Amino acid sequence: MTRVAALNASSWWSLRLRWRRRTGRPRLPVLSMALCILLIFAAVAGGAIAPFAPDEPDFTAILAPPFWMEGGSTMHLLGTDQLGRDMLSRLIGGARVSLLTAGAAVLVAGTIGVALGLIAGYLGGLVEAAIMRVVDAFLALPFILMALAFVSALGTGIGNIILVMILTNWARYARLVRSEVVSIKKRDFVLLARVAGVRPMAIALRHVLPNAMTSILVLAVLDIGRAIILESSLSFLGLGIQPPDVSWGLALAEGRTYMSVAWWLTVWPGVAIVLGVMSFNLVGDWLRASFDPRGVL
Amino acid sequence: MHRETSPPILTVKDLTVAFGPMERPARAVAGLNLTLQPGEILGIAGESGSGKSTLCNAIIRTLPRSARVGGEVRYDGRQLLALSEREMRGLRGSEISMVLQNPMTSLDPLFTIGNQVDEVLRERRRQGQSNDQVTAIGLLRRVHLTAPELRLRQYPHQLSGGMRQRVLTAMATAATPRLLIADEPTTALDASIQDEILLLFREIRDRAGTAIIIVTHDLSAIRRLSDRIIVMYAGRLVEEGPTATVFSAPRHPYTRALLDSLPQVEGDTVTLKAIPGQVPNLAELPHGCAFADRCPVAIARCRTEDPTEMQLGLRHRAFCWLADTAS
Amino acid sequence: MTEAPVIEARSLGKTFILPRGGLFEARRSVIAVEDVSFSVSRGTTFGIVGESGSGKSTVAKMLLKLERPTSGTLWAEGQDIFAQTAAQERAYRRMVQTVFQDPYGALSPRMRAGRIIAEPMRAQGTDRATAKAKVAQLLEIVGMQPEAASRYPHEFSGGQRQRIAIARALSVDPRLLVLDEPVSALDVSVRAQVLSLLQEMQARLGLTYIFIGHDLAVVRYLSESVGVMYFGRLVEIGTARQVLRRPAHPYTQRLVALAAAKAPLGAARLQGELPNPLNPPSGCLFRTRCSYADALCAAKRPELREASPDQRVACHHHEAIAAGNKAETGPLLQPA
Repeated sequence: MTRVAALNASSWWSLRLRWRRRTGRPRLPVLSMALCILLIFAAVAGGAIAPFAPDEPDFTAILAPPFWMEGGSTMHLLGTDQLGRDMLSRLIGGARVSLLTAGAAVLVAGTIGVALGLIAGYLGGLVEAAIMRVVDAFLALPFILMALAFVSALGTGIGNIILVMILTNWARYARLVRSEVVSIKKRDFVLLARVAGVRPMAIALRHVLPNAMTSILVLAVLDIGRAIILESSLSFLGLGIQPPDVSWGLALAEGRTYMSVAWWLTVWPGVAIVLGVMSFNLVGDWLRASFDPRGVL
Repeated sequence: MHRETSPPILTVKDLTVAFGPMERPARAVAGLNLTLQPGEILGIAGESGSGKSTLCNAIIRTLPRSARVGGEVRYDGRQLLALSEREMRGLRGSEISMVLQNPMTSLDPLFTIGNQVDEVLRERRRQGQSNDQVTAIGLLRRVHLTAPELRLRQYPHQLSGGMRQRVLTAMATAATPRLLIADEPTTALDASIQDEILLLFREIRDRAGTAIIIVTHDLSAIRRLSDRIIVMYAGRLVEEGPTATVFSAPRHPYTRALLDSLPQVEGDTVTLKAIPGQVPNLAELPHGCAFADRCPVAIARCRTEDPTEMQLGLRHRAFCWLADTAS
Repeated sequence: MTEAPVIEARSLGKTFILPRGGLFEARRSVIAVEDVSFSVSRGTTFGIVGESGSGKSTVAKMLLKLERPTSGTLWAEGQDIFAQTAAQERAYRRMVQTVFQDPYGALSPRMRAGRIIAEPMRAQGTDRATAKAKVAQLLEIVGMQPEAASRYPHEFSGGQRQRIAIARALSVDPRLLVLDEPVSALDVSVRAQVLSLLQEMQARLGLTYIFIGHDLAVVRYLSESVGVMYFGRLVEIGTARQVLRRPAHPYTQRLVALAAAKAPLGAARLQGELPNPLNPPSGCLFRTRCSYADALCAAKRPELREASPDQRVACHHHEAIAAGNKAETGPLLQPA
C-alpha cells in the first residue's frame, strides 16, 4: 500500500518531503495556530465581542473609511458599508457563519466517510467494490453544478449549503480511511487479534480506527480551509448565505459595487478569507508533516 | 605483512559521543581507540545499544546535531571532526563510502535502478574521480548482478533484497573508495545471499585495496570475513584482536558469553547459554566495568574501578581486570 | 501412539490470484504453497526451514486460519479446521496461538502491555478481574515485573516485547504455538534468552510447537522433526537429527553447509536467485540452482520418497548423490 501511494505521489510532493526530511521536523506555525484559535473564538463568542450587531445600520456613518483614514473614527475601526453597518462586526459575524458551516459540513461528511471507509476497507470483497464505486461517482461530481442544482431545487439557506458540502466531501474521507484500513489490517497486531478470536467489529474500532485517526484529523483540518472557500464562493455567486445573514463571501459580493469608492468593503472580507483558509491549511500541513512523513494523504 | 608497516588509513583516538542532558549524559561511545590499515577488514560486533552504529556515524559525521562528539578521527592524516561540512561532503561517497542495513528503503522507489546508478556516476565524473569508461552496466556486472541490462530498467520493488543490496554496494563502490563502512549489510537477507554479499566485500578489498569496517551483530559474518574484530559493550570497546584469536580464545567475559549464546551443535544435542539480565541504560551506568552486573566472574574491584587496557599479545587487548587470568 | 496428531496437513496448497496487470491482460496466479503434508504429535516441535519466498509463512497463516488453503486440508486433533462451526472455531482459537517475527509490529502501539496480554482472554469471555490476575502471573512466567502491565510497547526493548508477545500467546492456555521466526529480529544474547524460555515453556506446559525459521542451528535447538521448504514445496522432511545432519536433498545440503560454523566464507555457495513465481521452471523447482541437475530434472517433478527410515526427500538423484557418483551437470537454467 505504501509503495503504491509513494508511486502515485507527484514528484513535487516527494521533493517537498525530501526537503522536509533534511530540515527535520517542521516548526509549529505559531501565527497560524493563533489565528485559527482567534477565528474559532470569534465564531463562538460572536456577539459578545463584536462592537455592534452585524446588521445594525448607523445612518450617521455610511461608507465610513477605516479609523486611520480621513473621515474615519475609532467607533468603526474597519469602517462601515453602504448601510452604515460596522465592518469589524460583520467580519466577526461572518466568521461565525463561515466556520459553523465549514465545521458542521466537515463533521458530518467525516463521520459518514469514516464509517463507510472502515466498512469497505475491513470487509473487502463486494461490499468494498460497491462502496468504492459510489465513492468514485461522488468524487467525480462537480461541486458548483451540484450546488446550482440543489439551490434551484431546495432553495438557498445554510442547511442546504451544508448538505451540498457534505455530499461533495464525504467521499474523500471514505477513500482515505479505506486505504489506511487496508494497510493497517495487514499489520501484525491486527492479525494477532484475529488469531486471538477478537470479533471483527471490535478489531475495527479498537485496533484499526485509532491508528487511522491521525490521518483523518489532518484531512479534517485541511478540509475546514477548503470548506471556507466553498462557502465563500457559493455566497459570492448568490447561491449560498442570503442577506440579512452575513458571511465573508457574501460581504465580498455586496462590496463589489462600491469597490472604486470604498475599497474596505471588499478588501476586509477578502483578507479574512485568505488568512482564515491559509491558517487552517498551514496548521493542517504541519499536522500532516508531523504525523504522516510518508505523505500518503 | 606489508599492511602492518604502512601508515593507518583511519585512526580513532579517545572518541566519545554523548547524548542527552549535560549533567547526566548517555555516552553511546566512550573513550574509544582504534586504527585501521589500508586493505584491512575490521569487524565491529555488539548488540543493539552497544554504540557500534553511533561509532560509524561519528566517523563519517552523520550523527544528529544533538550529539556531542569529543576526541579525534584521523583519516589519511586529516582530522575529520575538524573538516567543514563541504570538505566532508567531498570525501563522503568518493573516498569514504557507506552501505546501510536496509536495502528496502535505501533506494528511491520512484526511480529506476538505472536512474539511480547514473546519478551516482554523474556525480563521480563531475568530481573527476571516475572516467567515462565506467558505465552503469559495468558497475552492476562488477557486483555480479544477473541480467544487468534488464535491472537498469527496473524499479527497486521489482528486485529481491539480495539484488538491491548488490545495487547499493555497486553505488557505494562506484568511485573505488579507500574506506567502506557497512552497517549491518546482511541482516535483512537470507543466509545464502548473506554469503554472496560478504564475498563481494572481500572481492572489493582484494581488487582495490579498500579498507572495510563491517558492523554487525551476526558473529559468523565477522568470523568469516574480517581480519580483525572489535567487541563493543555499552559504548565501550571491551576486546580487540585478530579474528581467529578472539574467536578461539576470547579473553573478555562478555565476548565469551556472546559466543556461548550462539547455539552450539555437538552430535545430536544443541546447547546455548543465555546471558542473564539486560543491556544497561547508558545514562545510568554504575561505577566500574559496565558488564559487571551480568558477569559470571566479576570480583569486587570490577564494581568500583574502570578496567584498564590489558595487552594480551600481538594487537590483542581487552578491558577486563581478569583478562590475563581468564579460563 | 494411538492419539491423533495435534496438527496434520494433508496436501496443503495455496494459490494466490494476482490482480489484473492491465485491462486486457489475463489474471495470473502464483503458487505459494503446493502439496505440503506433515503431522506433529503432542509435546513435540516441528520445524519448518526455508528462505524468504519459500512459502513457510503462508503455511503459518493457514494454520492460524488467517488464509484459506486453495487445496488440501488441515486437521487439528482430528478436526478439519476449515470446516468448523462457530463454537468449534472459538475452541480452536483457544487451542492455537502464535508469536510473530517482528516484536515492533506485533503489539498495538496504542495499548498498554496489560491490555495487550489480556486481549485473547477477554475475547474468549474471561472477566476483567480474572484476566488481570492472570496477566501478572504471565508476566512473571516470562521473566518480567508485574509493573510492566501498565506501560506502552514503545517503552520496551525488542527482547522484552517478544516476551510480552509470548505472554499474550500463553494467556489462553493454548496447546499449540505457531512460532513464525520468533527470534530472527533479536540480538544474539536476547535470542538465547527467548529460545531457552520457549524450551522451558514447552517442558513445563507440554506445548506443541510449529517453529518456522531460517537459522538452522536455532531450528535444530528446538525441533524434533523438520521440513525443508523450497519455492512452496517440501523438498525434505524427517527427524531433525537426520535431516540437518545427513541431508539428502541438494538444497538442504547447501543450507547445512552454509550454516556450518567453521566453514570459511565461500566454501559453500548457493548461486542464483529464486525463480520467478510467475514463470516457475518445469520439473524440479530447484534445478535452476542445483549443480546435479540433468534432463530428468527438467522433465519430471520429483515426489517425496523415502531416503532413510526417518527421512523423505524429493530428489530424483539422492541415492547417486549420497553414493558420490552423480555427475555435476547443472544448474539447468530456464530458457529465458
